[in-house]
Amino acid sequence: MEQPIPPDPTDAPVPLGEEFRKGVWRQNPTFVQVLGMCPALAVSNSARNALAMGLATTFVLVASNVAVSSLRRFIPRQVRITTYVLIIASFVTIVDYLIQAISLDLHRALGAFISLIVVNCFILGRAEAFASTHGVVPSFFDGLGMGAGFCWALLSIGAVREILGSGTLFGVQLFHDGFQGATVMLLPSGGFFTMAGWVLLLNAVEQRRSRRAAAAPLAAEGAR
Amino acid sequence: MSPEPLWTVFVNAALVNNFVLALFLGLCPFLGVSGRLETAIRMGTAVTFVMIVSSAAALGIDRLLIALDATYLRLIAFIAVIASTVQLVEMFIKKVSPVLFRALGIYLPLITTNCAILALVLFQTTKGYGLVQSLVYALGAGTGFTLALVLMASLRERLELAALPDLTRGTALALTLAGLLSMAFMGFGGLGG
Repeated sequence: MEQPIPPDPTDAPVPLGEEFRKGVWRQNPTFVQVLGMCPALAVSNSARNALAMGLATTFVLVASNVAVSSLRRFIPRQVRITTYVLIIASFVTIVDYLIQAISLDLHRALGAFISLIVVNCFILGRAEAFASTHGVVPSFFDGLGMGAGFCWALLSIGAVREILGSGTLFGVQLFHDGFQGATVMLLPSGGFFTMAGWVLLLNAVEQRRSRRAAAAPLAAEGAR
Repeated sequence: MSPEPLWTVFVNAALVNNFVLALFLGLCPFLGVSGRLETAIRMGTAVTFVMIVSSAAALGIDRLLIALDATYLRLIAFIAVIASTVQLVEMFIKKVSPVLFRALGIYLPLITTNCAILALVLFQTTKGYGLVQSLVYALGAGTGFTLALVLMASLRERLELAALPDLTRGTALALTLAGLLSMAFMGFGGLGG
């Protein structure tokens, strides 16, 4: 763990809106960085669970980003990872008890995965790569953006699985009564397949965009 | 102590509820280091070792926390135990086999954030396993993890030379493979009660 992580090249002041947006699309934690996959696949068998998990993770992420960033001058380098993990674990304990108080059903559906937010690698990743080198306000927006990116990724996986697997969305029936859901979508393999599908789709979009960007200067040249 | 016989504990952890393919735990190393067979085996071994050590340590800590009536500290205590075990393993491997140390690279410290290990410790607490059962459970989970990793790595090594469209290379392909493997592991359902 000795090798120092190089400071973020974006150390220059960046508009806060950009800090927010990069997490949503360009550096989306789930689809682009492929981090924090375990909860993304495990609890996304319905849109409701996915949303709850997304919000819980976002809260922990924002809180731990702010805490790490405000303590960054006091944390000794050698024990920083342990400190981050302990900070994250404290917030997760709070969320765990909070969800238990709000809805016991939800707590049962999410099961151990609430506690497992602690080891969601992209939260630790943000603490190490961003919050430990940036101020409190940018860290807050970074956390918010990454959280939002995680939320929509989870929601899009959860929605597809719920629609195809049980024919409902947020528990509302979408099709006629005789609809037979594809059980495979509710099984673990469905999670893998759905995620693969989304990654493929996003890859295709990204490829088209970069091709168009590469073609644009040539087209301008031709017009001249 | 729960009355489950040892062999069902093992089979359950290794095959039926395989940590990676049925419970979605430890996916980051699963997708990250499954490119080469040799690394996959080493990673599997390291994780299994960490699992066994932290399983025993967590059992003791849990007893202590119950005695102190401080179970709300469970999560924090467990993660601290795992982090120290990983640190120990890291120092050990660095000393004994620098080659392996370099091969595992960043994934070694990342075992700390391998959710399979924390989940193992949490599950064994919820299920109320005793010492022997916990150790067998950890061994089973580690075996299952290694098995999944090795299967995946062999598949990916073969597909390296296959003609595939550019778009599907990388994550999408790995996820599809994982989905197929996971479907195959569904076949173990019912085994071991």
